[in-house]
Amino acid sequence: MQNKTLIYDGTFEGFLSCVFYVFEYKLTQVTIQNEYVLQNALFSENENIVTDKTKSDRVWQGLKQRASRISSTKIYYAFLSEQPNVENILLDYIQYIFKNKEKVDTDFTHSSVLKTSQIAKNVSREKHRMEAFVRFRLTKDSIYFANIEPDFNVLPLISKHFKSRYADQKWVIYDIKRNYGLYYDLQTLDFINMDFPDNFDFSKTSTDFFANEEFDFQKLWKDYFDSTNIKERKNMKLHIRHVPKRYWKYLSEKQPNL
Amino acid sequence: MSFERTLEKLKILADAAKYDVSCSSSGSKRTNTNKGLGNATGMGICHSYTEDGRCVSLLKILLTNHCIFDCAYCVTRKSNDVKRAAFKVQEVVDLTINFYRRNYIEGLFLSSGIFKSADYTMERLVAVAKKLRLEENFNGYIHLKSIPGASDELMREAGLYADRLSVNIEIPTKSGLKLLAPDKNFEDFIKPMEKVKNEIIQYKSEKKIIKSTPKYAPAGQSTQMIVGASGENDFQILKTAEHYYKNFNLKRVYYSGYVPISYDNRLPNIGSEVPMLRENRLYQSDWLTRFYGFQTNEIVNINHQNLDLDIDPKLSWALRNMHEFPVDVNRADKRMLARIPGIGMKSVAKILMARKYRRLNWDHLKKIGIAFNRAQYFLVCDSNQFEKRDLTADKIKAFILKNSTSKYDTILNPQLNLFE
Repeated sequence: MQNKTLIYDGTFEGFLSCVFYVFEYKLTQVTIQNEYVLQNALFSENENIVTDKTKSDRVWQGLKQRASRISSTKIYYAFLSEQPNVENILLDYIQYIFKNKEKVDTDFTHSSVLKTSQIAKNVSREKHRMEAFVRFRLTKDSIYFANIEPDFNVLPLISKHFKSRYADQKWVIYDIKRNYGLYYDLQTLDFINMDFPDNFDFSKTSTDFFANEEFDFQKLWKDYFDSTNIKERKNMKLHIRHVPKRYWKYLSEKQPNL
Repeated sequence: MSFERTLEKLKILADAAKYDVSCSSSGSKRTNTNKGLGNATGMGICHSYTEDGRCVSLLKILLTNHCIFDCAYCVTRKSNDVKRAAFKVQEVVDLTINFYRRNYIEGLFLSSGIFKSADYTMERLVAVAKKLRLEENFNGYIHLKSIPGASDELMREAGLYADRLSVNIEIPTKSGLKLLAPDKNFEDFIKPMEKVKNEIIQYKSEKKIIKSTPKYAPAGQSTQMIVGASGENDFQILKTAEHYYKNFNLKRVYYSGYVPISYDNRLPNIGSEVPMLRENRLYQSDWLTRFYGFQTNEIVNINHQNLDLDIDPKLSWALRNMHEFPVDVNRADKRMLARIPGIGMKSVAKILMARKYRRLNWDHLKKIGIAFNRAQYFLVCDSNQFEKRDLTADKIKAFILKNSTSKYDTILNPQLNLFE
């Protein structure tokens, strides 16, 4: 049978629509690819899959019946990793789940079950780190603004946390890598796209955009951070393991010239 | 708020508070249902880490470093020549709120030197918490230090606003305390702890009948002991910890490797090494008793009074109890799986789930993520390779140490290279 490549729009529903298609046509030699990272394989037939909410819901509901809640959540988390080929690991996992009458979603001896769990764990760690490392800065418009650049697409996963925590202040968390953000206006939470001025430096606080007292609080925080260190116990290796360097540029306590 | 003055106070009072190692911001459920600011969930968040590798989760400061006591181990002691400062109640509130709004912290940890009297000090700590809760509508985490000797009434009020209360006993034995903190009474530590314990018990029973009973210290109590300042061995330290866990229902006991800060000849000299590896072993032991089903007596006892520094306490226990091994991974119960060196509780859970489908072999176990270097000598599975070995405990230890280039040793125990 000929290889087939299913191309989808990059959304979770789109991916599940592909899964539906695979089952509908009983495909065996199949690859699922995001249209934004498409690489044409030789001798493969491409098929564009239209995202269909009804179909994707059916797959998702079916999955939730056949697997535990934790396992279906893991599938969603792993999907958000945007790792190359993750769709096909997930497809393999989902096929394994539907092929068996018994529940198999905790069979960690099966490679796609284990891999999914491991990727989901990485995403979950990144989610937790974003809940920790978001640094809001107060803008002149009295909105608390933060920019992030996570390795994985965790913005949808952290929305609930920030909404329940910062219910009495307006805030934006913006993923500058994926160019979209979350905006909470004291009532509702929405996904937004923003245009930034050319001279906007995401790692600095300029008085052009941010409130005057903002600089003071960053300075207080940085000094607090420095005073709380015990130099007799210095352990940079451990420090970097906890706060990997890729996060430093947006952490106010890590700014050298504050 | 005068920025310059606050900056200076913050430096002094954060610097003085940094030896308190309690950092947890978990275990409290305080939901933001009032459209206010913040919440506290089961899982706390470490927002940063100091260069010494410790978590920064709370704004940890002293209200003041003025103190009427003269405890030898304490930087804030009366006789120490340091700059003194004191926050106003409102200053602490403003700092907490502004740090919290920027997502720097999970909440406030407020301790204090004792000025004037225990009650006078405790009253101010309570005032900060009260203001945060009632005026600022703040639902984040608050940890207050119980001041030894504070009255029952104040302790009761403290628990109504704080998530956690703690009183640091600091020195694990009465005799040590007498030597290093002659002004302090052992009973003064116990009294507020006892009060909080009883209030929590009462809260729990009232809560069953009246749902709206106001929360009382929902994240419980903790304490801290200094390690390596007054000559106690690990047996004494862990037995003391066990005593507090059992009799005062403590949520956590923290162990703080003593950082020399004084030329007082009752204490280790300035410049002597901080016992970080020993501290780490104590925490590992603490985990074994809290999460792995070990009894303190199995880890330390009359015949084995100090923890090994070169191997972790679970491995040490296993080597002293070779008759319990090897464990059959495909049949053993949870309790015994958790006792295999190199297998953590997460691997235990995965093993229990995975073995429903097929018998596990070495390949499966490695993929699941057990620490093979340690585990291989203590278990049998659906592979033959290692089953027929009959090694003595000494041999096993030598093999493990020879092959332990694991990340674990270098990262968690930076001083290990001292022993190589």
